[in-house]
Amino acid sequence: MSDNYQSFDYDVLVIGAGGAGLRAAIEASAAGCKTGLVCKSLLGKAHTVMAEGGIAAALATVDSRDSWQQHFCDGMIGGNLGNHWRMVQIHAQQAPDRVRELEKWGAVFDRTSDGKGNINVRHFGGHTYKRLAHVGDRTGLELIRTLQDKGVHSGIDVHMECTIYSLIKDGEKIAGAFGYFRESGRPVLFRAKSVIVSTGGIGKIYFVNSNSWECTGDGFALGYLAGAELADMEYIQFHPTGMCWPPSVRGILITEGVRGEGGVLKNNKGERFMFKYIPPKYQGKYADTEEEANAWFQKVVVEGQKEEGVKERKPPELMSRDVVARALWTEIKEGRGGEHGGVYLDIASRRTPEDIKKKLPSMYHQFKQLADVDITKVPMEIAPTCHYMMGGLKVDPETQMSNVPGLFAAGECSAGMHGSNRLGGNSLSDLVVFGKLAGENAAAYAKKQKDLPKVNEGQLSALNKEMNKPFENGQGEVSYKILADLQQVMEKGAGMYREEGLLDQCLKDLEGLKARLEKVSAEGNRMFNPGWHVALDLRNMLVVAEAVARAAKERKESRGGHTRTDFTGYSKEFAKKRILIRDKGGKMEVVREDLPQIPAELEKELVDAHLLKPEILKQLRGEA
Amino acid sequence: MGKVHMKVYRGNSEGGELKDYNVDVEEGMVVLDVIHKIQATQSSDLACRWNCKAGKCGSCSAEVNGKPRLMCMTRMNTFQEGETVTVAPMKTFPLLKDLATDVSYNYEVNKKIPPFTPKEGADWHWEQEDVDRVQEFRKCIECFLCQDTCHVLRDHDKMGKFAGPRFFVRIASLEMHPIDGEDRVPLLKGEHGLGYCNITKCCTEVCPEDIHITDNAIIPLKERVVDRYYDPLRILWSKITGK
Repeated sequence: MSDNYQSFDYDVLVIGAGGAGLRAAIEASAAGCKTGLVCKSLLGKAHTVMAEGGIAAALATVDSRDSWQQHFCDGMIGGNLGNHWRMVQIHAQQAPDRVRELEKWGAVFDRTSDGKGNINVRHFGGHTYKRLAHVGDRTGLELIRTLQDKGVHSGIDVHMECTIYSLIKDGEKIAGAFGYFRESGRPVLFRAKSVIVSTGGIGKIYFVNSNSWECTGDGFALGYLAGAELADMEYIQFHPTGMCWPPSVRGILITEGVRGEGGVLKNNKGERFMFKYIPPKYQGKYADTEEEANAWFQKVVVEGQKEEGVKERKPPELMSRDVVARALWTEIKEGRGGEHGGVYLDIASRRTPEDIKKKLPSMYHQFKQLADVDITKVPMEIAPTCHYMMGGLKVDPETQMSNVPGLFAAGECSAGMHGSNRLGGNSLSDLVVFGKLAGENAAAYAKKQKDLPKVNEGQLSALNKEMNKPFENGQGEVSYKILADLQQVMEKGAGMYREEGLLDQCLKDLEGLKARLEKVSAEGNRMFNPGWHVALDLRNMLVVAEAVARAAKERKESRGGHTRTDFTGYSKEFAKKRILIRDKGGKMEVVREDLPQIPAELEKELVDAHLLKPEILKQLRGEA
Repeated sequence: MGKVHMKVYRGNSEGGELKDYNVDVEEGMVVLDVIHKIQATQSSDLACRWNCKAGKCGSCSAEVNGKPRLMCMTRMNTFQEGETVTVAPMKTFPLLKDLATDVSYNYEVNKKIPPFTPKEGADWHWEQEDVDRVQEFRKCIECFLCQDTCHVLRDHDKMGKFAGPRFFVRIASLEMHPIDGEDRVPLLKGEHGLGYCNITKCCTEVCPEDIHITDNAIIPLKERVVDRYYDPLRILWSKITGK
């Protein structure tokens, strides 16, 4: 079949061209490696573009008390200690340099108003100080455009609208990837010494989600099927503020920046309910009365006073997303929700219309155009939406390499950085910090390999036949039906709240969907055929869905984005474990592994500096 | 809203036609939702691009009832009851299939624009007002609707000689950056063909990000070209001084 597919040879192949992939490709190319970059969409359209609020880095341009140590502690506490501490440390230490580097490459961040002309930073959930560098509410667009423009002048080959169907190995080592061009349907082989997967998230397995069609868990499944271990797959972030009306916009994200700019959450009685939901880990850090929260808002947000001199504490709307999402869910479940099943996010009564339009222009635009709602006049109705996967390929924190030699992962499809709950703004910084590391180390690995790995022609023929199967299945079911059913199965069985019986049913239902996928059929031919594309993406989505359900069943406690109604609270047994998923003879094996703990010396240093509180550590470790 | 009659272009580079679809439309739906519904229930091989469905990525550009629009930001309730809604691909770009066109020209032009080049020893501190204008340009989501509607590209087929509004916005964002030191004015006059633009403002009208393409990007760039090449005093001065 060698005549029928195109073939490209690279030192480093990067799959996925969002923030992590682009940053990785720039680094690999700068290291002198011939670098190929593959993306499912057009360049510059990846889901990074949707990131709104900002990129977290302890630049300390607004609050001089900020430091990498504080950012580290916020990340660990935000992740409920489910994180790999070393990734959090690398991230906190390197994020400021990565942000400044973006500026050197042409990013134009908003500036401080203190006459010093520095990069301005804003408040976000779970961050102790103002820490998010931003560009209005379109920071992701700024990041991706900056990297895209840097990338096209870095000698990277970009293959747009190309989907990878399988990674290729030569013995134990990675050898490249095989897939198809979406436009022509033509197969393509990329031979490469090292491969980086940076394919983003998994949101499309849920009915209510904030993700684009691309977020089908490709990197997770490609890696798993090639023998890589997955970790933390039970940790999924349900973002508290998704649009909930009209039905066609359900799940679309509303930036946390709305709360950062003073927006408050209210139930159908008009109560600001978040004061009731301050968990022990945040007690003392957030205002516990409306008066205090309002005083803070007036001084810090409206008057722009330096927080260092303000004695009031921040409003509890600014706690981490897992905490806020659970609070919303409780309010809605207990009957205090709004007319469309959400609660209210009110910025209209807090800021002037001019401020809202200036600070949150895309939100204003989005609501006006999609929901006929003027957010400068009335509150938004909102509900949780599946937003982010904390789990992913298990990687070495220093190199980003998985357990498959030559296979690296960066960004959302790698695990460890965010633990059981990601803080807002830590994703964009994750992309550039670990994208760079992955690019650097994939390049170093590639340089150590003498020749391009060998590829087995027979395997390619078999893969191409497999890809073609939906056309040969006759009058079967259309892929979209299976996708719709999968989204319902996951929403019901492994959604925001989980329990043993529902998870068992979910796993059973997934088996049924797998059987249906075997017989899926596609009409027409291989030219730009979305029905066929979905049929192939579904294989990945089913792998990921099963991994989520299995990991969720294994973790018998509630932590961050993983909430069990039958095991509420933190468990001592699970606090120091991470759940791994790996392939064993074609079946998924679930393994508990020790989660690396913060070294005693570092912990002591942070406790002594009053950045970490021993009683909170105890509580998160299930020892309190 | 009930049933809506849609006409959607189906075809490829060899030809095609508008095909009829009747679709049940629910409250709040946008044109992109209707296209997705057709894919899910009637024609699973109907090609169209999309990503964010929130007007942020610029993927789902098409011509809706003849107007260049983002499908995700065009609500079905903006049409009259009983009105047929026609969805066709962007006309300016070669058709790949159905609603997907070959927009590679834009990526080729972008590559030819010299990147951001900070001046040596530049001061990296600046005020918000110094970058407000640049940030306006950087709002561009590359939907290429301005390229689609621009008659220089659409009717006069000047691809290769005229960069198009998107890239004048891009160049303006670089030229007006407080510390960029690169000079792109010769390129604007030459290869990028800025002179072909006769400021009809069609691009500004279709911009989903409300960027004032003509007034804030194109006209100031035209002024730079004029100052450099057509200012009689300057021409006289350079003849005298040889500079």
